[in-house]
Amino acid sequence: MGVNNKELVFNISREEFVDLKTYRERGGYTALQKALRQPPESSIQELKSAGLRGRGGAAFPTAVKIEMVRNNGETGRYVICNADEGEPGTFKDRFIMTHLPFQVIEGITLAAYLAGAENGYIYVRHEYPEVQRILRESIKEAEEAGLLGEDILGSGIRLKLEIFSGAGSYLCGEETALLSSIEGRKGRPRVKPPYPTQSGLWNKPTLINNVETLANIPKIIEKGSGWYRSIGTADSTGTKLISLSGDVVNRGLIEVPFGITFADIIEEYGLGAKPGRTVKAVNIGGASGVLVPGFMLETPLEYTACAKAGITIGSGAIFVLDDTRPILPNVHNRVKFFLHESCGKCTPCREGLRQANVILSKLLSGMATESDVVLLERYTRAIQEASFCGLGQAAGNSLKSSLEYFHEEYLAACGQECRDKEETA
Amino acid sequence: MGNIEITLNGRTVSVLENISILEAAKRNGIYLPTLCHHPDQRVKANCRVCVVEVEGVRNLVASCSTAVREGMKITTNSPRVRETVRTILELIFADHPQECLTCIRNEKCELRQIASRFGINSIQGAKTANNYPVDTSTPSIVRNPNKCIKCGRCAEVCHHTQEVGVLYSHNRSTEIMISPEYGKNLSEVGCVLCGQCAAVCPVGAIHEKDDTDQVWAALADPGKHVVVQTAPSVRVSIAEEFNMPPGSIQTGKLVAALRSLGFERVFDTDFSADLTIMEEGHELLHRIQNGGVLPLITSCSPGWINYAEKYYPELLPNISTCKSPQQMFGAVAKTFYAKRSGIAPEDIYVVSVMPCTAKKYEAIQPEMRSSGYQDVDAVLTTRELARILRHEGIDFSMLEESEYDSPLGTSTGAAAIFGTTGGVMEAALRSVYEIVTGETLSKLDFSEVRGLEGVRSASVDLKGKEVKVAIAHGLANAKKIAEKIKAGEEDYTFIEVMCCPGGCIGGGGQPYGTTQEVRKKRMEALYQVDSDMPLRKSHENPAVIELYQEFFGEPMGELSHRYLHIERAEEAEAVI
Repeated sequence: MGVNNKELVFNISREEFVDLKTYRERGGYTALQKALRQPPESSIQELKSAGLRGRGGAAFPTAVKIEMVRNNGETGRYVICNADEGEPGTFKDRFIMTHLPFQVIEGITLAAYLAGAENGYIYVRHEYPEVQRILRESIKEAEEAGLLGEDILGSGIRLKLEIFSGAGSYLCGEETALLSSIEGRKGRPRVKPPYPTQSGLWNKPTLINNVETLANIPKIIEKGSGWYRSIGTADSTGTKLISLSGDVVNRGLIEVPFGITFADIIEEYGLGAKPGRTVKAVNIGGASGVLVPGFMLETPLEYTACAKAGITIGSGAIFVLDDTRPILPNVHNRVKFFLHESCGKCTPCREGLRQANVILSKLLSGMATESDVVLLERYTRAIQEASFCGLGQAAGNSLKSSLEYFHEEYLAACGQECRDKEETA
Repeated sequence: MGNIEITLNGRTVSVLENISILEAAKRNGIYLPTLCHHPDQRVKANCRVCVVEVEGVRNLVASCSTAVREGMKITTNSPRVRETVRTILELIFADHPQECLTCIRNEKCELRQIASRFGINSIQGAKTANNYPVDTSTPSIVRNPNKCIKCGRCAEVCHHTQEVGVLYSHNRSTEIMISPEYGKNLSEVGCVLCGQCAAVCPVGAIHEKDDTDQVWAALADPGKHVVVQTAPSVRVSIAEEFNMPPGSIQTGKLVAALRSLGFERVFDTDFSADLTIMEEGHELLHRIQNGGVLPLITSCSPGWINYAEKYYPELLPNISTCKSPQQMFGAVAKTFYAKRSGIAPEDIYVVSVMPCTAKKYEAIQPEMRSSGYQDVDAVLTTRELARILRHEGIDFSMLEESEYDSPLGTSTGAAAIFGTTGGVMEAALRSVYEIVTGETLSKLDFSEVRGLEGVRSASVDLKGKEVKVAIAHGLANAKKIAEKIKAGEEDYTFIEVMCCPGGCIGGGGQPYGTTQEVRKKRMEALYQVDSDMPLRKSHENPAVIELYQEFFGEPMGELSHRYLHIERAEEAEAVI
């Protein structure tokens, strides 16, 4: 999917389906064979040297997570592939699973082997029935080929891998809510610690990784960390799948090396704004990400640089808004989304979003005053600062960034009548 | 556990490792606000009013769910923390009926107290409180979902302490609700009316059904002879309502306060607790000697009875046929006392002051009318009595101590300890031992049955005959015992079960703020009351002896059966 046809992690065209035979012809499962021959520590070291970090949004070093589970004395460990891809505007995991299912399954098998887990789940969102079907068939095929199940490749290693379908809740992409969901409980986040690596699924040490993260593992083991580090930058190695959508000419999924600027992604891959229009704002990281103005797009796609600029890479979704789009309806849409998806457990997320929704409705109907905007800023801070889980904390991102970069649109939305009333008061 | 150093608001302090920031702050004199936190419960971390700043952490952290670490730099009083907590409080209030003045919880409300601390003087934001129907389906507990702040304390106590599990948190987002399944009323589900939910609710969302008006009306009725009985545990808990420390023994002031309210006679449930021991002790001996159903299980706790009827009907034949002390009192008051004082039973109005919400239900049961009238007319919880006293402007601390009236106010130390887990067992053992062996006990304290361990068992030597006894308090523990009996795993002879953790001292109607620590203090106070009493064995209670001589004849006799027992076992057969 690289424009320049560089050798990247996911080397296929958008139309291609890589079946098991093709996958093996292209080097698939050599990583697993290699890993089974060498001590697990060497493979973990390889992942560590490669600098692979979680692609689900939190960017936690993958090798460290694997080690945490591996070094936990408790047996009966689990590996879980988080395929709940619920982040609006994100469609990367879906692509990997429908086009490269065996790269995901090999990645899960490797992660399970390295973490010492013999049971695993792929938690697939309910809205992906096609993905579930393909994965089920692929799991069966892999089992029949001796690549999964009992005695994998004659090594005595086993992994029982199952598909678990979500039921439509965005929050179940949060790892502890996901665990509760599999356990048959309400999909609400749990108090951390204990972290899933300590006490996860049914209180067993559990490795949970995103689809993209897991699909990176076979390539790193196969080609080595040196190769992996040659892509991207010293700070952020490898590649990132970007779900590019919105007001650009060329929309869709792309794979880019870390280090590229957002402007280049939009220009090079997205071929820029539609004719006669300019990029006004870009939402980076999905609905839970930030809304930034055009001048910030020179920031490179890199963990440290983005953190410094206040940009959330998140799932790698980029949604472009051109100069014909007002900001407030977009923000309101996100707020409504999060309000709907909030589990309702903690006060700031539940009540803060409820009030934010009211204020945005008032703004959009010309009934708000500037004091409502001040109040919205205060609610946004509480939502971000004090929510229980990442959903709530992230729910405030688009509010906060839009209030910062597009403040004038908020003020412009305050009705003249209301402004007069406020002045009189 | 070792100690570590942390910095708290710029001050370096040494604290135990692994404790929460909340606890560390408290031990250093800083009380962070909390709503969902309860010292006896698991950490929930959902109200978020306890958030603090930790250096190096991007967002604020909940102090209840975050453990201290060596070198942690914590700030609890920055403008950032203050603004956030105030905003969260405002957000809660925006979704709360702002009816504090008319709320039963009023100044005892934890939300209101914190709001006052933080100087919340205006509530911005849209008012979003719902208008759901209030659940008044039971005679014990009222549930007002509109006031619920979704802290989850009630569901936690219902599921984990009691393992009854009728209150759930369901739905999501702003539709989240804590209620019985499918929005049913409490009367439609397996609620046992223990009131532990009401005891832990920080606001006015679940509370005891208020029966104070009935009592006012009776007191004002010149045709009524209004008498009151006080449960053993109330004397060691009522003072907390008047800012005295937990464990204060205020029997004399309690009596004086009731007298000043205008009750004709101030009597004591301790009297009928002694009577209960006579009946239950003899029932135990009778069952042992005649091959009756064993183990015998106590019947004083109506929450436990409700639980057994709903969840373990097969154990009903094991449960003593004795009425609870409250109900024995009512029956005696409207028979023996009526006759003796020459007052018609229909003119006698019996009020109970109980630590318990389930007692309200017990009093109105059809089998509790052995006198021909409802034996107990009104039941007030400790909290309701305190409300009446505050209403009347009675300064509890300035009252001159008074004594219970005779004869239904005479009691022994054995009765006092009915109010704590293990107390009924100990009181029974004191009497049964002496009755069986004909010997005087050299040591009255059965320390092996005391304590707050959830399930306790002991072997007691009744002069050559070993009797295995067990004690459970809190329904999760009662369940353990019930399962053991069902499985035939244990050969207990006598078992005491109390519905609430700690027994009545931890009852659902006790003053707010009951924690394990508070229960321990109330318990110690009851043992103190016991050891200070001149008489400490129920069978030595002169008023009880007189009652048998003049009225009942003998324990387990014909009149006893009519007035002091109910036919539980037959009921159970009817159920099957």
